[in-house]
Amino acid sequence: MSTSTTLPRPGVASDASPAPRTPRRRPRRGTVLTVILLVCSLSVIVPLLVTVSMAFKTGAQAVDGKAFSLPSPWSLEGFVEAWDLTDFPRAFAVSVFVTAVSVAGEIIISALAAYAIVRNWDRRLFRWSFFYLLAAMFIPFPVVALPQVRLTGIVGLDNPLGVAILHIVFALAFNTMLFTAFLRSIPIELEESMRMDGASTTKVFWRLILPLLGPMAATVGIFAFLGSWNDFMMPSLITSNPELQTIPVLQQMFQTQFSNSYNVAFASYLMAMAPAVVVFAITQRWVISGLTQGAVK
Amino acid sequence: MSTTTPGSATGTAPRSRRRRTDPVYYLFLFPALILFTLAITLPALLGFGYSFTNSMGFGDWDLVGVRNYIALFRDEGVVSAYLFTLGFALVTVVVVNAIGFALALGLTSRIRLQSLLRTIFVLPMVISGIIIAFVFQFLFSNSLPAIGQALGIDVLSSSILANEDLAWIAIVVVTAWSTIPSTMLIYIAGLVTIPAEVYEAGAIDGATGLQQLWRLTLPLVSGYVVINTILGFKNYLNAYDIIVGLTDGGPGTATRSVAMSIFKGFSGGDYGYQMANAAVFFVISIIIAVVQLRITRGKASFGA
Repeated sequence: MSTSTTLPRPGVASDASPAPRTPRRRPRRGTVLTVILLVCSLSVIVPLLVTVSMAFKTGAQAVDGKAFSLPSPWSLEGFVEAWDLTDFPRAFAVSVFVTAVSVAGEIIISALAAYAIVRNWDRRLFRWSFFYLLAAMFIPFPVVALPQVRLTGIVGLDNPLGVAILHIVFALAFNTMLFTAFLRSIPIELEESMRMDGASTTKVFWRLILPLLGPMAATVGIFAFLGSWNDFMMPSLITSNPELQTIPVLQQMFQTQFSNSYNVAFASYLMAMAPAVVVFAITQRWVISGLTQGAVK
Repeated sequence: MSTTTPGSATGTAPRSRRRRTDPVYYLFLFPALILFTLAITLPALLGFGYSFTNSMGFGDWDLVGVRNYIALFRDEGVVSAYLFTLGFALVTVVVVNAIGFALALGLTSRIRLQSLLRTIFVLPMVISGIIIAFVFQFLFSNSLPAIGQALGIDVLSSSILANEDLAWIAIVVVTAWSTIPSTMLIYIAGLVTIPAEVYEAGAIDGATGLQQLWRLTLPLVSGYVVINTILGFKNYLNAYDIIVGLTDGGPGTATRSVAMSIFKGFSGGDYGYQMANAAVFFVISIIIAVVQLRITRGKASFGA
């Protein structure tokens, strides 16, 4: 047709297509879309700004419950009180422990299993194990939660360690699947030359396979971090001692006991969000490319 | 020396059947298998067994056959929890996919501030569901009514969280807020794999923007639609954190999800009964997953 001057969807067709007539018009379309997206992004930004603004108010100002007024004066009293109420250092330590064990466990246990499965796919035991593990993707946590609560109580794992173990187990299926898909693409010749030099399977795994899995392990690790750090359902059900509760679970106290101290509640929410936001800011490049890779697999 | 490779080193393709497996591989596999069996299989079987008893979660119990299951279907609270959860999951999947796809289209277009905008739209993904629910609970019960009153909109002038007919909308909004980013990223992953030539060819054939969207883009990312729908449904059926933070199942039991009804039963002392509930929930989850795979078969392999 002769309508080739009508540009295709903005930006999807690349600059490679010669459109010499309209070098000035293209940026304008981009600008309109940019403005629309910026307006949409307010729906993300406003709730977060409200959180920050509420957190820095004095108790006297926050009690009116007005979300869109700025703090005057800016005050740290909410943070001080939230720090004491939640016993922040202890809660932080518990959350860090649960998250660290989950991240390390998810990467190592899934990678080991995936490696064993891929290299022994001709063995029935390994093949069946793969499908057995995969089944977990179809088991919703609420279904097995109550027996788990009882069992963890009986064996003394109704604590942060038990929570971390359950985080590992529930992520096992997905992580093992990601790792096996990735390992299948690694040519076996690589490790065979290493074995010729006398390296054991264990050595091959630690020296060759795990480093090769690096990008995939980073993806698994980031999602393990986010899932574990932010989880509410599992720790709230499994951990019996309130003193060993993770940060998200502790935020409940502001719904009941301190329901009008909005500045304290929001300061506490902000302290709970901050570590994940900071980690995200540092790793966002991997998070975004990691998720897009994971989806392709 | 390694026991496995020397023989098979040259012939990788037709690998010998008699090859001996390095015992170390069993050590690699077993942590995963043992953990999985102890933490999922065993509780699942125990729970299923208890679903045929009148156990209260402690003390003595008797076998009651399928009485729990029969009672379940007559229990209005349970039936309404299932209806609420299914309806909520359906609406949320549609809303999240529509917005997630639109944002992905926008963010893969030629725009300014692309990386800044991507970062902003991904941000909700890293924030805990329960905490964002608390933030929105404040906004819904303080700020929105204030806005409603100022504008003279009757429906909004009191908290929608306290309104039996509207509370679910708040839950959809917050769930969407928190899960759109991952959906959007998956769509972005799909959109960037579409080669530019496809659109060039479309443009030569005279396709307009909208036609391109329907005839080219959507079919090419259909595999990603399938992934997002299946993952989303699975996720929303288990809805818990955000509902606890917003309404705690209220007002009354208007927004009580299946997960909540199972958990509440535990503290209520009808363990056996709730295990029957869990078993039914498990079967329904499986049926939904299978139906989705059936409907979308063929499409899933495309591009995914």
